Amino acid sequence: MGHILLRHRDEGLENLHQLDVYRANGGYDALKKVLDEYSKDEVITIIRDSNLRGRGGAGFPAGLKWGFIPKVDGDKYVVINTDESETGTFKDRELVERNPHQVIEGALIAAYAIGAKQIYNYFRGEFMSAAFNFEEALQECYAAGLIGENIMGSDFSCDFSCHYGAGAYICGEETALLNSLQGDLGQPWSKPPFPAVEGLYSKPTVVNNTETLANVPPIIMNGADWYKSMGTERSAGIKIVCLSGHINKPGNYEVEMGTSYRDILFDEKYGGGIPNGKKFKALLPSGGSGPVIVDDALDAPMTYEGLTEHGSVMGSASLIVMDETVDMVWAAMKMIHFFRHESCGKCTPCREGVFWMKIVIDRIYNGIGTEKDIKTLESVANQIQGNTLCALGEFAINPALATIRHFPEEYRAKIK
Amino acid sequence: MIAEKYAKEIEGIIARYPSKKSAVLPLMHLAQREYGYTSESAMKEVASILDLDPTQVLSLAGFYTMFYEEPVGKYVLEICNDLACALRGADEFVDMACKKLDITPEETTDDGLFTIKTVMCLGACDRAPMLQCNMSFEENLNEEKFDALLGRLRAEATAGTPSFSVAEKMASYAVKDGA
Repeated sequence: MGHILLRHRDEGLENLHQLDVYRANGGYDALKKVLDEYSKDEVITIIRDSNLRGRGGAGFPAGLKWGFIPKVDGDKYVVINTDESETGTFKDRELVERNPHQVIEGALIAAYAIGAKQIYNYFRGEFMSAAFNFEEALQECYAAGLIGENIMGSDFSCDFSCHYGAGAYICGEETALLNSLQGDLGQPWSKPPFPAVEGLYSKPTVVNNTETLANVPPIIMNGADWYKSMGTERSAGIKIVCLSGHINKPGNYEVEMGTSYRDILFDEKYGGGIPNGKKFKALLPSGGSGPVIVDDALDAPMTYEGLTEHGSVMGSASLIVMDETVDMVWAAMKMIHFFRHESCGKCTPCREGVFWMKIVIDRIYNGIGTEKDIKTLESVANQIQGNTLCALGEFAINPALATIRHFPEEYRAKIK
Repeated sequence: MIAEKYAKEIEGIIARYPSKKSAVLPLMHLAQREYGYTSESAMKEVASILDLDPTQVLSLAGFYTMFYEEPVGKYVLEICNDLACALRGADEFVDMACKKLDITPEETTDDGLFTIKTVMCLGACDRAPMLQCNMSFEENLNEEKFDALLGRLRAEATAGTPSFSVAEKMASYAVKDGA
């Protein structure tokens, strides 16, 4: 079977980023079908019935999100979240580089469904050159009447622009992203108001991850039941998995939900095992933000709920693999440095807490820590938990707490 | 002054948004391309184009990692040494690169050509070690490829003609976008 999202990898589709190739292979048929056959509510119902959930990591049902938009006239927006900044995540970059039209088509269908006349794609600033194909694709669409006034001869009109951030992990959080797009400091706001009611420029706004939107055209063409026939009951469909670290075949893979982590790591179709004959030690299943897991969790299915009993999450399915040689205190320190750098500074527990966690773990790693420092690290982490405006604060404590839980002897070995 | 030199591009950027203030990051990127860093005078120019208070713009320059608040070399080599890249040898790569250019991270070579920075995840973890140089990604690096990159950039600097300009390409989109 061919790919559903990474279609450019299929034979003969290397140039899928070009409009003529995309259209010759069914591209924009879903948009046409929607404009010809479906009301706005019917589109939302199809997406809701497909059980498509947010692929940025949070897993919120996409159809439900679209359904929250008030059904009144006035300005509304669709914003694509291509601020892909989680350590170990590089799936949206491949989509915008190699299959941009599928993302554009999905976003146009979303805009039709909620009645938006403007779409923005918010890229992380570092993706400026990765976005060339996407920018070219937009120009092609404008020229072909697929974006702009009266799309495909219908009464649906919609504009589309790219926007570039400038290096801030926090802007992947939807309210921080919207603030950044408005020209304000890219920090989250306290919800409510939710973006569906008061989002960009205080207007109703849907913010969807790039990969989420790329799922929309195939769902429209093949139906909700087709999508639900893949994956599990609560985690339908397919997910792009990013494999990095100590793995034979790093890269992106389109994987059916419910596949076990062990298969993703060791099957020749996917990761192909650990290089250099080394043994597996630990896996970060969700980039730097999800708690680390060890071998006993690898048979769990990759689903939104699959790792719950192992104290972790699927998140964006960015799998960072570590072999037996990795010093887990070092790994935790690397991740804490990341969160220390990326804390936006708005909430005191995160801003100050992560600052102190960095100082304490540096001390432990450098062999000048004491037994009390391990307790301090846990204590600071526990004081951040539940006390921040956005999820980043929650993510920031995982590197310390999960590595202390699974590898306490490695911490103790570093203590004076 | 960027307002005159890039009038058409700036007009195209502002036209994308219902609120002028949204154009602030794109114009800051443009100003940095022009002046090499986000100097106070450059940020005042951006503020005046968008009718913003200069303090607002300067606070954004401090908030976002991609803006350089101090002058940097002609080529900024931003090497990711985050966890995923470090597992594939990024820390050793940084050491090698620094030794080769006889600088430490955040420093610029005496000839003003190269600055090395270590940065957080750039979204190319499967092709580490990697770096970003003036908006382009260089991936699957080793010492040999790094030498070749330095050679290419030195030749480009001597010839005075950039082989590839992300800036020009972005400018062309700004003018055409929404047209």
